[in-house]
Amino acid sequence: MTELTHLTIAEAREKLAAREFSAVELTEAYLGAIDAANEKLNAYVAVTHDQARAMAKASDERLAKNEAGALEGIPLGIKDLFATEGIHTQAASHILDGFKPRYESTVTANLWADGAVMLGKLNMDEFAMGSSNETSYYGPVINPWRAAGSNQDLVPGGSSGGSAAAVAAFLCAGATATDTGGSIRQPAAFTGTVGIKPTYGRCSRWGTVAFASSLDQAGPIARDVRDAAILLKSMASVDAKDTTSVDLPVPDYEAALGRSLKGMKIGIPKEYRMDGMSGEIDALWQKGIDWLRDAGAEIVDISLPHTKYALPAYYIVAPAEASSNLARYDGVRYGLRVPGKDIIDMYEKTRAAGFGREVKRRVMIGTYVLSAGYYDAYYLKAQKVRTLIKRDFEVVFDAGVDAILTPATPSAAFGVADQKMNADPVQMYLNDVFTVTVNMAGLPGIAVPAGLDARGLPLGLQLIGQPFGEETLFTVAHAIEQAAGRFKPTPWW
Amino acid sequence: MSVDIETVKRVARLARIAVDEGEAERMTGELNAILGFVEQLDEVNVDGIEPMTSVIPMEMRKRVDQVTDGNKAADIVANAPATEDNFFVVPKVVE
Repeated sequence: MTELTHLTIAEAREKLAAREFSAVELTEAYLGAIDAANEKLNAYVAVTHDQARAMAKASDERLAKNEAGALEGIPLGIKDLFATEGIHTQAASHILDGFKPRYESTVTANLWADGAVMLGKLNMDEFAMGSSNETSYYGPVINPWRAAGSNQDLVPGGSSGGSAAAVAAFLCAGATATDTGGSIRQPAAFTGTVGIKPTYGRCSRWGTVAFASSLDQAGPIARDVRDAAILLKSMASVDAKDTTSVDLPVPDYEAALGRSLKGMKIGIPKEYRMDGMSGEIDALWQKGIDWLRDAGAEIVDISLPHTKYALPAYYIVAPAEASSNLARYDGVRYGLRVPGKDIIDMYEKTRAAGFGREVKRRVMIGTYVLSAGYYDAYYLKAQKVRTLIKRDFEVVFDAGVDAILTPATPSAAFGVADQKMNADPVQMYLNDVFTVTVNMAGLPGIAVPAGLDARGLPLGLQLIGQPFGEETLFTVAHAIEQAAGRFKPTPWW
Repeated sequence: MSVDIETVKRVARLARIAVDEGEAERMTGELNAILGFVEQLDEVNVDGIEPMTSVIPMEMRKRVDQVTDGNKAADIVANAPATEDNFFVVPKVVE
């Protein structure tokens, strides 16, 4: 029999329903895998053994009574950004030391209502700020993938690096993640997993620690396209507690898999062919184009002229919103407090000790661009550029394009403590060059594994959809998956 | 535009983050690298363009103005580093 932890959610769901094994057995298999591997991979910052066992037991009872929910007995990992009642919730930051919320995020509440089991909280870049999972207070996550013949530790990408690594290493059946500039799609691409950032407003932000409120969206990371569709269906909802949650019914995303691509128009944006792009990425992109053409789609060349301005505009908008959102961490209401000679001194010492280097850098940039005299030159200008970026997409979609195909990342996973990435913050930011446009325009985007590079590391393609066009993305991503096959790391951990 | 170390110290003060001389110096370099990167936006003509306020065109949802939640003072202060009788305790701010 296949190892229980290697089953997809769809497979496990079927076998649980057929009573081939129990939810408790499935959960125990995952807890055993986590306990054996986490020291090496550092994907979890908290493992909730007792909670997981109690939830699995309750799932078995519901399965016995034929009252199973859509995710009954499926063990999931939760990014440390989601508030989980009574359980470690720190956004992988020192400043939230000891924080155990008295409430549950809407996204996780939706998952538990559907019968899912919580295995624990997943490591991430501190406050979701990073592209390598190296800014976590809890140390870097190690990618389960290694280059052929090498034992160098690679990053899993970020900020949802713990989510991606745990899914790829079979330490959870699926995971929640969040994406502000690429934080679901880039780690999915680095680990050979599938990650979807839905349209802004599709998943409630209530109870997720805020980074940049106009860009943050939750979504799943999963082993294949079907599992991603199953998870998103449960995570998404209309929520009165989030005024930006959109009042539209949640479709059955799984039903979109296997639909024909005939008559679909797939846009190929010339601006994503960046200067100095690696030949491997270019070849992968061409392969994706061929697969979709073979599946019956019409391929059209398109132009998104403001693409190159998305990343610089993002590095004004996101830090500005972050500096405002992170003002709440002041040593008064929760988490760390460092005493000072007066209240201002207490604030300053608490924030100096509690925030890591990247978070401080972004709060500083945000404070600067919003400060008196600079608001118009930076923030207002960036928000106008954002309008132009969104307009580029609208023009293309109005012309009949159903989805846009691009590479997901400019490279495969790089090494932990990579010198080039760490010497210059902008080098690290360039990881998000293909993904950030999607957040700036509020669109859905999915990263799907498409092949391995010459060193045997996974590479992904990205599909960008129309607002609330997630079903189309699942249809097209599934076609890529069918053509490309699936990719699993060779266990060394 | 670029920042000098005095500006960095002023911004750190506004952001309520204590920085020492060495950190301020390091941050000056990092902030200038980022500000240099975002300078590309100067190439974009934004005359007559409305700034983005919402990515999804939607009406702000409003609810009836009535109490829907409350009576949970103990929950609210539960995670605070210092409390007394359901109040947050901070260093003295009024002499």
